[in-house]
Amino acid sequence: MAEAIFYWQALNRALDTRMAADESIVVLGEDVGLYGGSYRVTEGLYAKYGEWRVRDTPISEGSFTGLGVGAAMVGLRPVVEIMTINFALLALDAIINMAAKIPFMSGGQFPMPLVVRMPGGVAKQLAAQHSQRLEQTLMNVPGLRIAVPATPQDAYWQLCQAISSDEPIVLLEHELLYFSKGELDESRPPPPMHRAELCRPGRNLTIVTYSRMRDLALKAAMQLAETGIEAEVIDLRSLRPIDWDCCVASLEKTHRLLIVEEDSGFAGAGAEISAGLTERCFAILDAPPRRVAAEELPIAYNAALEAASIPQVADVVRASQQLCRS
Amino acid sequence: MESDLLKKMLRDMLLARAFEERAAQAYAQGDIAGFLHLYPGEEAVGVGVLHAAEPADYVVSTYREHVHALVRGVPASTVMAELFGRKTGCSGGMGGSMHLFDRERRFMGGYAIVGETFPVATGIGYAIAMRELPEAVICFFGDGAVNQGTFHESLNMAALWKLPVLFVCENNHYQIGTEIHRHSAVAEVYKRACGYRIPARRVDGMDVLTVHQAAQEALAQIRAGNGPQFIECETYRFRGHSMADPGSYRPRVELQAFEKNEDPVKIAIAETAAAYPSAEQIAAVGRDNIASLAGSLHRGGHISTAHLDAMQAEVAAQVEEAVRFAAASPEPTLEDAQAALDCNRQGEVLV
Repeated sequence: MAEAIFYWQALNRALDTRMAADESIVVLGEDVGLYGGSYRVTEGLYAKYGEWRVRDTPISEGSFTGLGVGAAMVGLRPVVEIMTINFALLALDAIINMAAKIPFMSGGQFPMPLVVRMPGGVAKQLAAQHSQRLEQTLMNVPGLRIAVPATPQDAYWQLCQAISSDEPIVLLEHELLYFSKGELDESRPPPPMHRAELCRPGRNLTIVTYSRMRDLALKAAMQLAETGIEAEVIDLRSLRPIDWDCCVASLEKTHRLLIVEEDSGFAGAGAEISAGLTERCFAILDAPPRRVAAEELPIAYNAALEAASIPQVADVVRASQQLCRS
Repeated sequence: MESDLLKKMLRDMLLARAFEERAAQAYAQGDIAGFLHLYPGEEAVGVGVLHAAEPADYVVSTYREHVHALVRGVPASTVMAELFGRKTGCSGGMGGSMHLFDRERRFMGGYAIVGETFPVATGIGYAIAMRELPEAVICFFGDGAVNQGTFHESLNMAALWKLPVLFVCENNHYQIGTEIHRHSAVAEVYKRACGYRIPARRVDGMDVLTVHQAAQEALAQIRAGNGPQFIECETYRFRGHSMADPGSYRPRVELQAFEKNEDPVKIAIAETAAAYPSAEQIAAVGRDNIASLAGSLHRGGHISTAHLDAMQAEVAAQVEEAVRFAAASPEPTLEDAQAALDCNRQGEVLV
């Protein structure tokens, strides 16, 4: 039965369900235990599963992520929580040089059933060092898979799938989504983890987006509908790999592509989406692909500047209208 | 010291030396490329430590790890084939000299980023401790690695949760080209472990017996549930950092002195060879210890020159066979590379 719950609760439910079923799953991170996680994702798990399976770590991102790598090599299924993605810069050696490469450079001898979860994105006035994403960095790493759930249902499905997978998977969560509500039906069979979702059908343009920008795109699509433009909205759900088929099928119908991403556009996720779809769809596009992305600035603390730095619904509406006129 | 064990260690040291010298030759001939970090001079460390380990223990190593793999029982042929980049190599030709892996022998890899062995070993130790198994992890690293953040972070966690990790510092006094007094505020590496309440000691890393005994004692502590242990082995590499390094930063006299007086293979041969103590040795030890010294040499020795020659011929033949095997092995294909990357995909088909 479907019920409306918070995004953080869906992640919590996924961890609890999987941990109850599999003793090899361990959760590691700062304040994941006694404190319950800074966004409540691990709430209640420490009491239920004990300190060896829910481990409060020192503030040592590089080494506790690397510890997860070592543990995964000998059969544990670690779920590492990095408190925010901004701290993951300290763990990139473990993620990129170790987790992504060990299965390969060992000639396929070692599984890497590691999940690294991290909240990111622009939240509320957290300033430059706490308001970024790293998908563009991680997308360029063969051997990693990247899931970007935008709804409680996807958060539940994709975390369960990531835990069950023997590949290293980064789950990029969004700080503003933790307290958003949505339906969760645990009994629904999940689509493959990397499958995109067509969340709104349309015919005039395709908006390809992911994570928190999904909501923006859907709101923009509703406003556009009032002006006679029917936007098709695709939530990618996965940034490596990308479900090109879903996007191509949509562009065959709409012939116009708008990409909406929260991060700065230069060399960002949108650049790859644009390039990948241009290669596949050049002949059927009626206009050059267009991107709505953040300003090329670090995020300012000031609230008005912060809002002005990242895409808003109005930006998506405006860009869609221009694209449809071109 | 049992005579059998001593002979086995000597044999592994001879194999190590022969293998590495042959690898250098193959590198010069163009059969091996990339970075090649050789072990001559440091054999007593790897051999002494790994002969104290059990088959169920795990080994995590650095990019100077050929000998660790060999002593662990990875066949010389598959190690050499990996150096040659062949499909039959222990990492399928994907890893090369710096990334030897052997799952079956719990050889958990060579890591080429200085300081990576600490978290990997700590993670394996975490899994062991959580499952309450009687196993241990041996974590090798050099004196340069102790300046990385992962050293401090991982030692802290290993001590905090009493993880079964034996930290073994191969202190060859050079962080690539920078001598330890120029890269470390505290040149006695073992003292750094004290900051994390990890029992630590410094031993003569040129003497295989000393290293072996220290490792045995440390592993016994670990298996008794006393948490991580730390051994600093003072050693010296006879070659440059890698084959790309002429080693011009080291005083020639220093290298010559080590090669002449401190060669661990020569020391091991001397310790293994059947001999009565010389008059000078007896005089040096003093009257009270004469009996014990003579006794240990008797017990530990009994290898004839002929036996030693045969051993050297045997390892030389093994190394030559390894080169033949490697040279005759096929190259891996792009399909093999993709299969290695996708080894954990469980058959899932992606877009």
